[in-house]
Amino acid sequence: MRTAAIPVAERRSRITPLRAVKDTLVIAERNLISYTRIPEALFFSSVQPIMFVLLFRYVFGGAIRVADPGGYVNYLIPGIFVQTVAFGAVQTSIGLAEDLQKGLIERFRSLPMARSGVLAGRTVADLCRNVLVACLITGVGYAVGFRVETSVWGYLAAVLLILMFAYSLSWGFAVIGLSAANSETAQVMSFPLLFPLTFASSAFVPVQYMPGWLQGFAKYQPVSEVIDAARGLMVGGVADVAGHVEVSLVWSVGLLIVLAPLAVHKYRTRT
Amino acid sequence: MPPAAIEARDLEKTFKGGVRALTGVSFAVEPGTVFGMLGPNGAGKTTAVRILTTILRPDGGSAEVLGHDVVKEPGVVRALIGLAGQYAAVDENLTGRENLRMIGQLTQLRRVDASRRADELLAQFELTEAAGRSVKTYSGGMRRRLDLAAALVDRPPVLFLDEPTTGLDPYGRVAMWATIEALVGDGTTVLLTTQYLEEADRLADQLVVIDHGKVIAEGTSSELKAQLGKSVLDLEMGSDEIAEKAMVVLGNQLGRPATRQASVVEIPLDEGPRDVIEALRLLDDAGLAPTGLTVREPSLDDVFLALTGHGTTEP
Repeated sequence: MRTAAIPVAERRSRITPLRAVKDTLVIAERNLISYTRIPEALFFSSVQPIMFVLLFRYVFGGAIRVADPGGYVNYLIPGIFVQTVAFGAVQTSIGLAEDLQKGLIERFRSLPMARSGVLAGRTVADLCRNVLVACLITGVGYAVGFRVETSVWGYLAAVLLILMFAYSLSWGFAVIGLSAANSETAQVMSFPLLFPLTFASSAFVPVQYMPGWLQGFAKYQPVSEVIDAARGLMVGGVADVAGHVEVSLVWSVGLLIVLAPLAVHKYRTRT
Repeated sequence: MPPAAIEARDLEKTFKGGVRALTGVSFAVEPGTVFGMLGPNGAGKTTAVRILTTILRPDGGSAEVLGHDVVKEPGVVRALIGLAGQYAAVDENLTGRENLRMIGQLTQLRRVDASRRADELLAQFELTEAAGRSVKTYSGGMRRRLDLAAALVDRPPVLFLDEPTTGLDPYGRVAMWATIEALVGDGTTVLLTTQYLEEADRLADQLVVIDHGKVIAEGTSSELKAQLGKSVLDLEMGSDEIAEKAMVVLGNQLGRPATRQASVVEIPLDEGPRDVIEALRLLDDAGLAPTGLTVREPSLDDVFLALTGHGTTEP
């Protein structure tokens, strides 16, 4: 036995905030490398949003009346932003369920690393991916006629708001991924949650055209709030932008406060 | 006596749904030795390993690794152990080198040192050529070697190997045995679980046999074999009917229970070669000629039969 190892081990077992950050970055790097090698994940983050833009801009868009300055394309793109990052969050649940299935989580749990590292690394990687997705949508949006009508600062504030919301959402999908038996189940559990949140929202169609019973949900659910805030910040034409921004921030912070500890708890106790 | 490298006391674990995986398991592993945990699927081996590696909390009992409680000081324990398992837990999308470097960084090596350690291990496990390929392209044996390498990144003084050769082909298995033997040479304490008596016999200094979450036998491999594992004579009789006749002859006159598997009659050899001569003489006298003959070491099934009265497949 190498007895010298014991005091060293005691010293090394201390998890400082700096350690937690380092572990997070190592895991985030791993997930980002992984992403570039999974064709499905790349498809989800690139081809899919482009398809949605083209579909709603050219197929459905003509039939949807909006009062926005700049017409439907300006109404649409802020919605596409939020819808895409919300769909992207499913990758968090699928990825974590896969890590569990393959025993990788067991290995991480047996390492002297921060307990939050695996989940924080995964969500930070998602955040990085979402930054790229935001650039992509901006580019595609401009190509199909979207124009920022407010200011660069308004646009940047909107993107920041969307990224914050997406980050909180990732923790929610982490909880789903850690609760699912396998990656297929994780996917099946995620979509029934995502569809109402993204489509029964102000993303593609103004809420006032929906039946009354749906409006109550569609108008006040968090995705709509974030979309309305982002739309107001990017293209204007939204009443009480500050109010929507405020509600969006409350949702983002609130979800994070509830979901992050829940996810870490799931990670630690998953048997 | 020096303190044990691994000590388990009355470990208990019941899973949701009432499955009692461990019902009071105790054992101690001396430093620098290989300890084998032998048992069939579902015996509780993996549960015990998961508790000792801090992944799972026990419902009852306690356990220590190098004097550190796995529940009270999980962080220290994690800094002292390596774990490699039957799942070969590596990221398939990363290359072999990226996997090892990641583990190195997570065990607090600096990036350059983690890279250097990764290359060392890749060379040691003959993976240098495949180091830059993603693990998806690796064979089962290569994955297993990478998984073991990942467990060794931190040079842990205590190593847990959960069924390290399950699912490997015979060549891969022998190669893995040689690797494990080399590890032990440098003073590492190893706890390994296995379903194979042959593997436990070859690698382990000390053994426990575990069944239904309980230790049902313990000792050195040769002690256990002397206690349970008589060699077995298999006589191929050519047909079920002839085998049945041979059973009657041997059962009556050899004075010990023979069993029959289809056309093969199995006889435990209490007195070695003399039993073989005796059995063949009796059959010859009765005009029954075997078409084939094998003397084999007892299988895990035989051990379990002797210890529990049931084989490894029955509940």
